[in-house]
Order: sequence, then structure tokens, then C-alpha cells
Amino acid sequence: MNFSNIKKEFPIFNNKNLIYLDSANSSQKPQSVIDRINDFYSNEFSNVGRSIHALSIAATNNYENTRVSVQKYINAKDKDEIVFTKGATEAINLVANTFGQKYLKEGDEILLTELEHHSNYVPWHYLRNLKGVKIEFAEVNNDGEVTVESIEKKISSKTKMISVTHLSNVTGAILPIKEITELAHSKGIPILIDGCQGAPHLKLDMRDLDCDFYTISCHKMYGPTGLGILYAKKKWLEELPPYQGGGGMIKEVKKDSVSYGDLPNKYEAGTMATAQIVAFDQSIKFLEKIGMNNVIQHEKELMDYGQEILRKNNSVKLVGNPKEKGAVLSFTIEGVHPHDIATILDEDGVAIRAGHHCCQILHEKLGMAASARASLGIYNTKEDLNQLNSSINKCKKIFNLK
Amino acid sequence: MNIKELYQEIILEHGKNPRNLRKTDNFNKDAKGYNPLCGDSVHVYLKLDEKKKVEDASFEGSGCAISMASASIMTDLVKDKDTKEVKEIINDFLGMIKENPELKSKILKDEEKTKLMCLSGVKQYPMRVKCATLSWHTLISAIDNSHEEINTEKLY
Repeated sequence: MNFSNIKKEFPIFNNKNLIYLDSANSSQKPQSVIDRINDFYSNEFSNVGRSIHALSIAATNNYENTRVSVQKYINAKDKDEIVFTKGATEAINLVANTFGQKYLKEGDEILLTELEHHSNYVPWHYLRNLKGVKIEFAEVNNDGEVTVESIEKKISSKTKMISVTHLSNVTGAILPIKEITELAHSKGIPILIDGCQGAPHLKLDMRDLDCDFYTISCHKMYGPTGLGILYAKKKWLEELPPYQGGGGMIKEVKKDSVSYGDLPNKYEAGTMATAQIVAFDQSIKFLEKIGMNNVIQHEKELMDYGQEILRKNNSVKLVGNPKEKGAVLSFTIEGVHPHDIATILDEDGVAIRAGHHCCQILHEKLGMAASARASLGIYNTKEDLNQLNSSINKCKKIFNLK
Repeated sequence: MNIKELYQEIILEHGKNPRNLRKTDNFNKDAKGYNPLCGDSVHVYLKLDEKKKVEDASFEGSGCAISMASASIMTDLVKDKDTKEVKEIINDFLGMIKENPELKSKILKDEEKTKLMCLSGVKQYPMRVKCATLSWHTLISAIDNSHEEINTEKLY
């Protein structure tokens, strides 16, 4: 697989000076995805599922077609296990809210990890006040990993849900989610995997993984913003109550009663992000065309190279040293605040992120207020990483470091 | 636009060795400031005498070179000035960062103006303006006794 031409498929890189290393935040979009949104609005637009006219039927077919593509892509059993949401954040809120409503009571525990993004903590935090639920955190080790053992240590007879990230957006640690899922199920506990960082970089197989819930952020996966996916085992979607009420999710509405529609409509109230959903099919096609094995191989080579050159660079310190690491290179430079690093790198067209990356708990644990993060996508190259390194050197020079 | 204009020697020096990075003994005014976007925080302390003159000013906190240098220069500058004068300097500084090409206040000596103008580089970097102004907004809150935690996201 030749990755050197892949930048050409992303029109943003017509700007030759851009070195985009912020894909963990959001990825760039290939032309095919952009064109699909344009085409759909220009020639095919209609609301879905509500009208009998031909335009609406065609739009509905396109919309449902993406659902089937996602189902196949993640190897889910049934297309009804795929729910569209406005983002992975909403997907986690949906589960926390409906699961909390139906199954949780005072004293019950939710088990998270110290690696979690705020979006896999704050939705559960709401249940503290609403239900008197307790939240436990499995500890991160010095390498920035969370092990099966550290999860097991925090499981008690009161644990009612385990919710963990697939791939840390700060340390890059890939969690052993299959083992964690087996552990959870051996204790009769359902598990949610926050796949925001996992989905763009790793192969997904829901039937093999067997998790109860898996959440995806489409804009991090070369897709449009405003769209997320909740995968949930069918039995959960049948058992849990609806999340939002409105049009499209009902069966029958009377003055004294409401009954809800079948899956997946039950969880898709109101007009959805139709064009984005239709266009996301192109993101999946794009990844399938390259092949996830190739994506994984390419990104591994880049990560090995990136870690090697940054380790050699004095005063640069990588955040975390996990054995299994995804496309994230977080680092600090002694004596330079991450925001100053980001501003100086930006001057060279190198776009990175600086701050706590929505992981304040992890940064506090690691004893730092903030970090700088270069994160990779399929369009990145070794030249990009060389430019990162030389801009870091420029930064050190400005701050009089060796 | 030149990155060297932002990171002038004086900024780097104050950023590295901030003056007044401590807590004033027997302070009688203080306020906290926070930038939720980056997690930078500052706590400003003042000791005013009976004539409302600043006997001592100090700060605690952590942040980037710009925010540390700004707080360092600010706390140096307001000493021995009364709160009315301090307010005038704050307004002058914030006005300069926002739109004015130079500082206008007659209270400021030329060398003080030169020092403050070193922070004018942030005008070219909208994302960094908050780094330079957080401690100044926090100083207003301390003087006004408003006990309101300054949140950079609610300022503009």
C-alpha cells in the first residue's frame, strides 16, 4: 500500500504548509465525503422516513444503507444494533441516562478508569446526584496503561457497569478490552467501550469483542461532524427506555398514552443529521478501500519513528510508555508550557493540541497541568514527524534550551 | 507576524523567573482566576495600607510563559500605587491588548510602558490574549472585593 499519495485525497492538504497532527481531536475529511454531502444536498435531499414521495424514499434508503455499512464494518449481528447520535458524547449520555434510570439505585457503583475523557465521566457523574451512585476509578500505572488487574481490583459486588476507553487520547494506551469484557461478564457486569480513539485506528469486531456498548465519533474517523454511533446489543436497546422523546421514535400517541417505535427508531427522535449520515458511508468506504490492516501497519511505522526521534530529543519527555500504543504522541518539554509549544509550532504550520485534552483527572494523576499532543491520521508521513521535531527544536532555541 | 515578537527576552526571563510568585503575608485583598480551556489558574494577593496604596502584590499559580510573565510584570508594577491608579493602569493595559496601539496612562513611566508593551505581541495571537489578561482581570476582582472567580470564558 502506497501511503505517499493519500494526502491528495484530502483537499485541505492543498495547503502544502499544513502539518496536521491533531487527528485525535478531529480528523480531516477526504474529498469523497465532502462531495457526498454536497451531492446529497444539491440533488437528493429530503427528510427521511416520513414521506411517501420518491425523494424521501431514496433518502431513507441512503440513510439506512449507512447503518448497514456500519453494521458490517464493526461486525455487529444486526443492523438494529446501530443507533445514530449527534456524537460519541451523546451516545455515552444515552447509555448512562437510560441505564441509570432503569437499573441503578443508591450505593451502586460505576467503574471507570483514570484515563477516561470527560465525556466518559461527566455523564456518569450526573447519576451521583440523581441516584446516589458511586464512581470508582481503576488506576493508571506509570506507563500510562490500565491493566485487567487494576480493573479487577476495583470491581465489587455493587459494580453495575464498567465503562472504559479503547485507546487513551493522552497516553495512547490500547486497553485489553477483550479481556476486560470477559472479566466484566464473568461477574455479570455489562461493559461500555468508549471507542472514540479506537475506531479510527483499530479493527473492530463486535461479535468477537462481545461488549455490551461501543461508542464511535464519526468526525474522528474521516467523517462529518455532528454524528456519532452507539453500538448496543439488541437486548439492551429493547430493555432500556427511550432517551429523547419526539417525532420518529413513536408507535402511537394518544392523550393519555404513548407507545414507542421499533428499533432503531426508538432512539432516533427528531430529524437526524441526515446528510452527515449519508456521507459517513463514504468514510467507511474510504477506510475499507485502504484496508484496516494497512492503516494499522502505516500508523505503527509512524509511531515507532515518532517515538524514536522524540526520545532522542533532549528535554522532550513522552507522556506514558504503554506496550500497546495507538496513534498518539503526547509530550512535554521541560521549562516550556504546552501552550507556548503549540503557538511556536503553529508558526511553522504544525497543528498540535495543548492542554489537558479533556482528561484533567489523568493529568492530575501524572502530576502535570497540561501536555502537548501530536496525534496521527492515515495522511501523516515521516516528513511530518521530522517537521514536528525540527519545530520542537526551534521552540527549544527560543526558550534557550539545549 | 514574528514569533520572536511574542516571545521577547523580557517575557522569557519573567516567565522563567517570575517576580512575586508567593503569597503576601497579611494580605487584605485577593481573588482567583481560571482559564477553563487550558487549566491555567492564578491567585492574586494584595496588601493595601490605610490610604489604599499597594504595599505588596503577589500571585500564586501556574501557566504558560505569557501568563506567568504578565502576572510577574503586573505585580511588580502596581506596588506603591493607590487602587485608583492601579485601576487606571489595568484599563490602559487591557485597552492596549484589545485595540489601542499604545499605552496612554500618565501614571506609567516610560520604562514601565516599555516593559508592558513587551506583552503587546499577543495581539497577533487571539488564542493567547487570555493568557496575558487573566491575572489583570483577577486583580480587578481582588481590588473590587467582588470575590468572584474570574473565568476567562465569561469575560468577552
